[in-house]
Amino acid sequence: MKHILMAAGALAFSLTPLYAQNFDDPQEFAKQRDQLQAEPMGPEGQPWLQYIGGDMVDTAALGLEAPATVCFSNAGVNNPWRVVGYTNMVEELKNHASIADFIHVDAEGSDDKQIADIDDLLAGGDCDVMIVSPNTTAALTPAVERACEAMPVIVFDRGVNTDCPVSFIHPVGGYGFGIQGAEFITSKLDEGANVLMLRILPGVDVLETRYSAGRRILEEAGMNIVGAEFTDGDNAKTKSIVEDYLMRGSIDAVWMDAGATAVAAIEAFEDSGYDIPVFVGEDQQDFLRKWQDEGLTAIAPTYPTYQWRTAVIAAARVIEGEPLPGPEWVLPQPAIVQENLDDYVNPAMPPLHYAMCGCEEMADYPQAWGGN
Amino acid sequence: MSDSATAPKRRLPQINPVWVLLTVLVVAIIFMNPRFIEPTGYMNFLKRAAPLAILAAGQVYVITSGGFDLSVGSLITLVVVGSSMLTNNDPTATYWVIPLMLAMGLGVGAVNGLVVCFLRVPSLIATLGMMITLNGLAFLWSGGAPRGYLPDTFRFFGRELIRDVPLVRFIPVSVIVLVVVVGLLAWLMHRTNLGRQVHAIGDNPVAARLAGVAVNRVRITAFMLSGLSAAIAGILLGGFAGVSTDVGSGYELQAITAAVLGGAQLLGGRGSVPAALGGALALTAIFTLLNFLGLPQPVRQVVQGLILIAAVAFAMHRRRQTGT
Amino acid sequence: MSIAEDTPRRKAGFRFERWAPLILLGGALAIYVVVALVTGQAQYLTFDNLIAILGRSIALGITAIGQTFVILVASIDLSVASLISATAVLASVVMDGSPAMILPAILAAIALGGLVGLTNGLVVSGLKVNPLIATLGMSLIIQGCLSAFVSNFAGEVPAAFQMFAYGELGPFPVALLFLGLLAVMAWAVLRFTKFGSDIYAVGGNEEAARFAGIKTGRVVILSHVICSICASIAGLYLASRLRSGAPWIGSDGVYDLESIAVVVIGGTVLAGGRGGVWGTMAGMLIFSLIDSVFNIAGVDSFAKQVLRGIIIVAAVAFYAIRSKRIVA
Repeated sequence: MKHILMAAGALAFSLTPLYAQNFDDPQEFAKQRDQLQAEPMGPEGQPWLQYIGGDMVDTAALGLEAPATVCFSNAGVNNPWRVVGYTNMVEELKNHASIADFIHVDAEGSDDKQIADIDDLLAGGDCDVMIVSPNTTAALTPAVERACEAMPVIVFDRGVNTDCPVSFIHPVGGYGFGIQGAEFITSKLDEGANVLMLRILPGVDVLETRYSAGRRILEEAGMNIVGAEFTDGDNAKTKSIVEDYLMRGSIDAVWMDAGATAVAAIEAFEDSGYDIPVFVGEDQQDFLRKWQDEGLTAIAPTYPTYQWRTAVIAAARVIEGEPLPGPEWVLPQPAIVQENLDDYVNPAMPPLHYAMCGCEEMADYPQAWGGN
Repeated sequence: MSDSATAPKRRLPQINPVWVLLTVLVVAIIFMNPRFIEPTGYMNFLKRAAPLAILAAGQVYVITSGGFDLSVGSLITLVVVGSSMLTNNDPTATYWVIPLMLAMGLGVGAVNGLVVCFLRVPSLIATLGMMITLNGLAFLWSGGAPRGYLPDTFRFFGRELIRDVPLVRFIPVSVIVLVVVVGLLAWLMHRTNLGRQVHAIGDNPVAARLAGVAVNRVRITAFMLSGLSAAIAGILLGGFAGVSTDVGSGYELQAITAAVLGGAQLLGGRGSVPAALGGALALTAIFTLLNFLGLPQPVRQVVQGLILIAAVAFAMHRRRQTGT
Repeated sequence: MSIAEDTPRRKAGFRFERWAPLILLGGALAIYVVVALVTGQAQYLTFDNLIAILGRSIALGITAIGQTFVILVASIDLSVASLISATAVLASVVMDGSPAMILPAILAAIALGGLVGLTNGLVVSGLKVNPLIATLGMSLIIQGCLSAFVSNFAGEVPAAFQMFAYGELGPFPVALLFLGLLAVMAWAVLRFTKFGSDIYAVGGNEEAARFAGIKTGRVVILSHVICSICASIAGLYLASRLRSGAPWIGSDGVYDLESIAVVVIGGTVLAGGRGGVWGTMAGMLIFSLIDSVFNIAGVDSFAKQVLRGIIIVAAVAFYAIRSKRIVA
């Protein structure tokens, strides 16, 4: 049995390079680097309405009449980022009289279920516009194509391999996230400094691109990457991994591909009696508060949850026949830095709240997001 | 009770193989990383193993009585999320939240036991249903993102160290909790009537009932102890690493694995709390060792799978040889 | 209360066990109709919708048919979810968009399934490892091997093979007809062959079956092979439906635990020896109906989970509460 497994393994291994996807694309890297610098168009101070790149699509020809029904096929609300995003969405709906009805179906993180959900929505025949937040890009493409034949479709967060949707809404992207964090580290530390890279899990497009961009910049600056470890997004595991690294040597900076476990990583330094090094986290309140309380040298790149608002706005514009940025609506992707940290820390908000939500001015803030 | 007393002597000395496995693993770890023999090394190791060890010690009761408890992982999550909701950043709340969480663990265990005993649903399904339900409850309670931080008073048990201890320099509080809880559970299992009855109903429930054992009461007690151990593990894990919404996921299978590595027999009749502790330590040692070897996650899974099968196959082989 | 009684009461004429899955299914259907009417969404009561509901859980149904076999022999298989991922990836990598490679890919997937099933069976019946542990270990091994080499969608399924998931024959999806055919075959095997009756004998009482001259080990192994091959077919179906295979599709669908839940909701007893494929199909439909009810009623996704857990336990209690045997 073992031999067969090993042989099968060897066979698979020899095949792998052929099918490995490219998460380290220099062109996309350069493009996103430019987009981070670009001046977005649209209203000042309302990043969820802003866009980078000027292409617009006309929707008057789609011939919808207000009020209409919007259906939303959601990949899941299975993590705090998606919870904050979905709350943004529900609150944004209150601003749009043209959306009479909103039907939400939740695929609970399964491609198969999301395909069935979209088919159900199409068979139900109630929807006028569909918003899709795909669980994975490739798998959902056929279902989205079928939906496109029946009605206008808005896609956001992860994309699909087809240009049939009216618009694909997303922030700058994974390379951008990786670039912001890694450039901060290289600006604070000298060549040869020890950097620990913590990642959630392999294989997810948006996380792989963050990592490849981060690693590229750190290596070009001559940083010494002491390790790149997967944490599964688990606090206890993250803390253990960092403790193990501290037993072996010193760490000058920690780069993370997502900030959910940043505080656990910081605590590993505190509990082992070390100074907290340069840190790359994300815009969750617990990290921001820790940063402020302990006076860290840190940055929080974001993958803004306000894109969930934008999806609703786009659907409303489709119904009203207004033009909207498309076929790609690239939202700005700001990072939280020392200078604007105080604007985002809010002790009234829950620890896992994502601060870059663009929701502070909304009617039911902060209660709807769990604040008090 | 088919413990060591009745097994024919003379063959292999009656030492549980889990201790051999653990010794080998620890030696290998020390070989890989000599700093492991310093207090920071082994105390961190014990601190990390504590939640799993406590969980395994509770799981042994259910396994020995002939059942499974798959609900412990999501119970851990519910305890952590629930504590953060209830304490709501108030350090003084800890004093009533912790007893409440322990009571909740007992309550969940009681429900599991009642469903198995009176609705006659096999524990695999009953606790699977409970696992899904509790996970949903944790999300429902918190709306998907817990509202509060866990105050330091709550985190004391999982995070703090007692410093300036002679010989070892420091002892993590969680290690003390581990010793106390596992000690109590071991005493209960191996020195009291309850332990004998748990073994009896796992071995042959019909015979046990004829012998006057209150089968349902003992079974429900076993589930309650498992639930209680999950609540304690949840308090330690929340203390160690703070709030997150998937703290407990995967712990149910790890706990069963640890108990089985310690020689507990699935479907009942045989199980030992100290050996389950050994199983939990061995499992944690495997993870630590693979970590030190710098092996990627997939290899760790394969090794874990192989060891699991091999350990049970070995135990069965030995059992047939010794004829017990 | 007699405690040694191991068989359920049998009243002449009406055998509760036999009809229980249908009663549950009827209940689920009634709830669906009522919810659709009460929420004023009668458009969900059309033929198209019925087909959509039937098509919701095809992968789960195929897996559950296999799971029925192992549960009938008093074993269990937790490795199906990883195997589904592995065969989906294997098939899509072997095909890699070329129609000529469809047949080799299918054969490779089935061979992998057969191999895994054979190993599971041998470990369970030969080494006497508890099936829960044996297949859990196997699941870790498969998942580990798989994610060592693939970390995302790999390969591509040619358009011709997508017929499996998306094709239609008249008003019926091909996959649905396939599932029906598979169920009929499984039923025929269990009902009319010696192997079928051996399965019930071994599951009912292994010792007695052995004394009756049945090669019990062989029956257990063959059941595991069937289960794993069904899982690999489910993997092929998912590869066709998702156009490619990824190492997480099996575990994301929770096909291991869900397939077990479907089987027991369908009235097959975990201890083995009693139950059948039609019950499993009823169980699958109940799952699909519940899902659809949640969707049309707009149940909050967290409340959905809570309800689902309770429904699983309640459905099993519906059968089990009448039994007099002691369970653990």
